[in-house]
Amino acid sequence: MEFLAEHFPNLALGFSTAVSPINLMYCFIGVFVGTLVGVLPGIGPLAAIAMLLPITFNLPPVGALIMLAGIYYGTQYGGSTTAILVKLPGESASVVTCIDGHQMAKDGRAGPALATAALVSFFAGTVGTILIALFGPPLAEMALKFGAPEYFSLMVMGLIASAVLAYGSLIKALGMIVLGLLFGIIGTDVNSGMSRFAFGVAGLTDGISFTVIAMGLFGFAEILSNLEKGGTNRDLLFQKIKHLWPTKDDFRRLWKPMIRGTAIGAFFGTLPGAGPTISAFSSYALEKKMAKNNAQFGKGAIEGVAGPEAANNAAAQCAFIPTLTLGIPGSGTMALILGALTIQGIAPGPQVMTQKPDLFWGLIASMWIGNAMLVLLNLPLIGLWIKLLTVPYRLLFPAIMCFMAIGVFSLNNASLDIYMTLLFGFLGYIFIKLRCEPAPMILAFVLGPLMEENLRRALLISRGDPTVFFTRPISLGFLIATALFLLIMVVPALRSKKEEAVQEDAPQRT
Amino acid sequence: MKLSIKSQEDFWAGLMFIGFGLVAIIVARDYPMGSAMRMGPGYFPTYLGAILMFIGSIIVAISTRVQGEKVAGFAWRPLIMLCLAFIVYGLSMETFGLGFIPSIALVVIISAFAIREFRPLELVLLTATLVAMTTGLFIYGIDLPYPLWGGY
Repeated sequence: MEFLAEHFPNLALGFSTAVSPINLMYCFIGVFVGTLVGVLPGIGPLAAIAMLLPITFNLPPVGALIMLAGIYYGTQYGGSTTAILVKLPGESASVVTCIDGHQMAKDGRAGPALATAALVSFFAGTVGTILIALFGPPLAEMALKFGAPEYFSLMVMGLIASAVLAYGSLIKALGMIVLGLLFGIIGTDVNSGMSRFAFGVAGLTDGISFTVIAMGLFGFAEILSNLEKGGTNRDLLFQKIKHLWPTKDDFRRLWKPMIRGTAIGAFFGTLPGAGPTISAFSSYALEKKMAKNNAQFGKGAIEGVAGPEAANNAAAQCAFIPTLTLGIPGSGTMALILGALTIQGIAPGPQVMTQKPDLFWGLIASMWIGNAMLVLLNLPLIGLWIKLLTVPYRLLFPAIMCFMAIGVFSLNNASLDIYMTLLFGFLGYIFIKLRCEPAPMILAFVLGPLMEENLRRALLISRGDPTVFFTRPISLGFLIATALFLLIMVVPALRSKKEEAVQEDAPQRT
Repeated sequence: MKLSIKSQEDFWAGLMFIGFGLVAIIVARDYPMGSAMRMGPGYFPTYLGAILMFIGSIIVAISTRVQGEKVAGFAWRPLIMLCLAFIVYGLSMETFGLGFIPSIALVVIISAFAIREFRPLELVLLTATLVAMTTGLFIYGIDLPYPLWGGY
């Protein structure tokens, strides 16, 4: 603590906030519930956080955020557990973990695979925490100098990146982004006070709540698609997990992939629009390339668990950097966390760090504590998680329906939100049928109003001259990066690399 | 020359985008456009609508060239039942004010009809468990202000 206070006074403040008994409890509840939901099939992190958001409304801001962050890590971790044990990734970031993790489990090494996932995640989480502590403040300071053109270009970059990195067709992802921006416009225009796209419905003048869209697209539509597949077939390993700890040889093999994975995850996590999924895939591809004996990959190579797990956790952690310093969420999940911040009456942006240091640093510290709890909680509780995995889906989905109904209704205590969720659920089902990936859309939905506002301001300052985005160096830099992302997709040789990285061996996405 | 649709999926996705774009433009016609320098409320949505229609047209064009998948049929039974469950929850909580317990019970029971596998006893047990769980968590746990029975 003294070392911290001397070198990282901010982190010390954070830890003193986070270790208060009540905040530790929120963190514990978050991590526990998150893991629980993550282990249950068919609920991804986004739907889980959206579903549990109302529970945090009555908590103090610090507590609410700590709990949400805990849920976030918990679902992430729970996803890896199911990936290893039943080859069913709880969420897309753990798809690659299935490949070698499940093979290890089949070879009777489920224990070491789970322990590896937990330990490398903890390592990556620790590095992520340090990175935020080091780079958060300078980034926020830089962000304070950003004008409207920079913000606009940054958001364009984030959105394009999320489209490029999404599954499937790029052009459809771009369509989903524009559609998301349009949905974001629904409601009262801040500048003119005019109500737009409300179609005479009074409840729509405040806009559509993010929770409603998230639950519709990722909750409701997901249940429909699961039921259609006839529930989820699981290939569960009922053997007892004997030894948990990896051997000396395992440790020798896993530390390098762990460090490389962490670096990849930190890079992609910080980039708005990218995230844990692409980090995990890139790390797997890299490890396969680096390995002396890559024939082992796919047959239970521990490197194939260590790298991607470190990468997705580092990315999950570093995703907080743009979210908290710039006020621009890098993913749908981060957008929900920002939404929670707004509900608590805190305007997101670079000023949060200086105005609410206890909140900012408390959250950072609690992330680290949350990661530590995950290791302590999960290794002994693996037996319980395995039991949960045996709950059949037909008992689960009515429960999910109840939680969604209660959560959505409680937003405004109005049925309109329920009906809107249903509408977006139906739309989401159509998206699934037409293979349109909804993840970029949800990010665009959140950024829509921000983008319009910054575009408006940028062009007002430049007197309507659109070259302003190219003449300011930082803004130009973001746009060049955007062009590079698009180029990656257009150049066929590079595109096949991405297809390889994103789709190769991917067993099933949820 | 007769154009044939090679990818139904892409074709309908493209049409969907064109449709949404068109609606955006038509509705935004009622809002003042302004100029690039002083954007009115109609400016951003109109441009977005146009871009969306453009993207949709490209997707439709691609669908006549590149071979793709047929669109899989809808699972009507789950779709109708789950929608019904939500509609009934909305009606029973707000319009009819039946209270929290009957509303939740209705959601569980109607949802369960989305599949055919439920046995009556199992359904009763599931309903009771979920009602008890949600009541404990939401009404007593986080104090949501709903009466348990009637009178909202």
